[in-house]
Amino acid sequence: MSAVIDSHSDDHHHGPAKGITRWLYTTNHKDIGTLYLWFSFLMLFLGGAMAMVIRAELFEPGSQIVSPEFYNQMLTNHGLIMVFGAVMPAFVGLANWIIPMQIGAPDMALPRMNNLSFWILPVAFGILISTFFMEGGGPNFGWTFYAPLSTAYAPPTVTFFIFAVHIMGASSIMGSINIITTILNMRAPGMTFMKMPLFTWTWLITAYLLIAVMPVLAGAVTMMLMDIHFGTSFFNAAGGGDPVLFQHIFWFFGHPEVYIMILPAFGIVSHIIETFSRKPIFGYTSMVYAIASIAILSFIVWAHHMFTVGMPIAGELFFMYTTMLIAIPTGVKVFNWLSTMFKGSISFETPMLFSIAFVALFTIGGLSGLMLAIAPADFQYHDTYFVVAHFHYVLVPGAIFGIIAGVYYWLPKWTGNMYDEVLGKTHFWMSFISVNITFFPMHFVGLAGMPRRIPDYALQFADFNMVISIGAFIFGLTQLLFLFIILKSIFAGKQATSEVWEGAKGLEWTVASPAPYHTFETPPEVK
Amino acid sequence: MKAATKTNLKLVSLVLGMFCFGFALVPIYDVFCEITGLNGKVSGPTITEYDDNFNSREIKILFVTKNNENMAWNFTSEKRTLDAETGTAYTVDYTFENPTDYPMVAQAIPSVSPGKGAQYFHKTECFCFEEQLLQPGEKLTMPVRFIIDPDLPDDVPVLTLGYTLFDISESHIKLQASN
Repeated sequence: MSAVIDSHSDDHHHGPAKGITRWLYTTNHKDIGTLYLWFSFLMLFLGGAMAMVIRAELFEPGSQIVSPEFYNQMLTNHGLIMVFGAVMPAFVGLANWIIPMQIGAPDMALPRMNNLSFWILPVAFGILISTFFMEGGGPNFGWTFYAPLSTAYAPPTVTFFIFAVHIMGASSIMGSINIITTILNMRAPGMTFMKMPLFTWTWLITAYLLIAVMPVLAGAVTMMLMDIHFGTSFFNAAGGGDPVLFQHIFWFFGHPEVYIMILPAFGIVSHIIETFSRKPIFGYTSMVYAIASIAILSFIVWAHHMFTVGMPIAGELFFMYTTMLIAIPTGVKVFNWLSTMFKGSISFETPMLFSIAFVALFTIGGLSGLMLAIAPADFQYHDTYFVVAHFHYVLVPGAIFGIIAGVYYWLPKWTGNMYDEVLGKTHFWMSFISVNITFFPMHFVGLAGMPRRIPDYALQFADFNMVISIGAFIFGLTQLLFLFIILKSIFAGKQATSEVWEGAKGLEWTVASPAPYHTFETPPEVK
Repeated sequence: MKAATKTNLKLVSLVLGMFCFGFALVPIYDVFCEITGLNGKVSGPTITEYDDNFNSREIKILFVTKNNENMAWNFTSEKRTLDAETGTAYTVDYTFENPTDYPMVAQAIPSVSPGKGAQYFHKTECFCFEEQLLQPGEKLTMPVRFIIDPDLPDDVPVLTLGYTLFDISESHIKLQASN
């Protein structure tokens, strides 16, 4: 194992340090996982508050409470914070907590880098949020920051945005290197690749995706920086550049990025469905190959985000067919989940409810994705609320429900106490109903032609938008209940057994609840 | 070397490689567009010769001139349309005038649409191959000389040659200052 871990052997049996320094200096994977999870929860509420401002503005047609300029800033930062601040750090937090315990490793391979990759995140988001208090306001060009909106026409604070993205990228890359090195080198004896738990598998592939595309994003923002300050013309037609090039580079990053935000959720849901169906996962091998296929395909579909830029017909067809191809491995996964539940002895605890909702609602998002993949139809759907409905269905009841399910599933292992099941189920049903009230009508207003990213709309969309806004307010408030449930389980609740869930499989269920500060100092034997 | 260190080195080099790949996309994209004529990008000066057996056909050519935002020059072409034949060379004059009180440098960027016709639009001479420096009030006429390739697909009855004129004086001042 690595030298870093050996050098720690002296203080192995010490508990955590006291006070704030425990969190500042920690190299413990469980502490860092906790930090990541709380940080992403904070960002979820911040990004959620911005969504509430957006929905309040759209509650009725006409200008309501914020100026169009501020609306654009809310829209942009809602996207950036939810993607880079909430979903990605939440998955990294789960990876930190769970992967070493699932593979029987004592800690992550690079504990000090682990500390660094977390602590630069608050810096990055501090920089991003500070732009709101500067002249010109925060970024206002959409989370996709297309040039020249983000170069020639950007507010002067765009440079802060660029550095914030650089730092977020560095954090993700370091986190990914850490995860890959841990998984490749620190598995317990007997833990072969095809015995690895699916959450670990999905994260291994996700980490490779991150390492492949985050540097490309760093390249894109570096080019923006050079265009703005150093007189280059990467995206400036006057100097021989091309704004469409920006879209190609961005989506070369952006498409694998959307799979980065869903693959770990696939892993979480696989564990939960097998546990609460009391059956081993159906088609483990095909699950692994399906994840790998989705990851590989994600590199050759990027231009389906830009069908309308004026591609030749051959390009449209290529990206249309490769995009549709992704439905095959994704379908394999959905059918495997259904087959796992088939004739299972199912019980419906909160994690299982969120997972079943994940399978159903993620499939709705996947199917609207197939509609968008049809190039000629996309010309009509492009930049309408149909697209907003599509990606929110895969991200909210997809990625975020996956994270919530994972939190409920592993929470007793973290806190040692069971969460309140009645409150958990209330949280689920409130979320499930309100998420559909929020995002389902967006399909209809989108198909009827309501454009996205506009602070006002035509009168015929008024009723649907009011329904959407009411749903969004309920969904937002419901998440405060989630915070309460987590706090309650930290301080009180029924003592959890080390197995926690009846018949749960995996090494993480062999250690005590709450998990001791150091686990698997001697590697377990995997048969 | 320890196994973990080896893995780390491999991963770090992958990160650096992908960072470079991001920048490599810029020339790759340019070459790709030039070969396929995507985005109406047209290649530099070409000299094309055809044997006498080609079938020429009639084609309408539209000329569009446009100023980029904040560009003060008067920029026009001598004609707006031209009934041309493929395989024959034509010359069209464009006029530039700087009505401001200070010298300015401009660059015209061409675009041919539909994009699939771009690669059949051969320019043998064009003001867009160079930058224009005009003193206050100065007026300049420059030609574009082109041949439409007889291989142009039959389903393209009209080609539009558009030019957008960009003010690049500022980057010139910057460059001169740094030299």
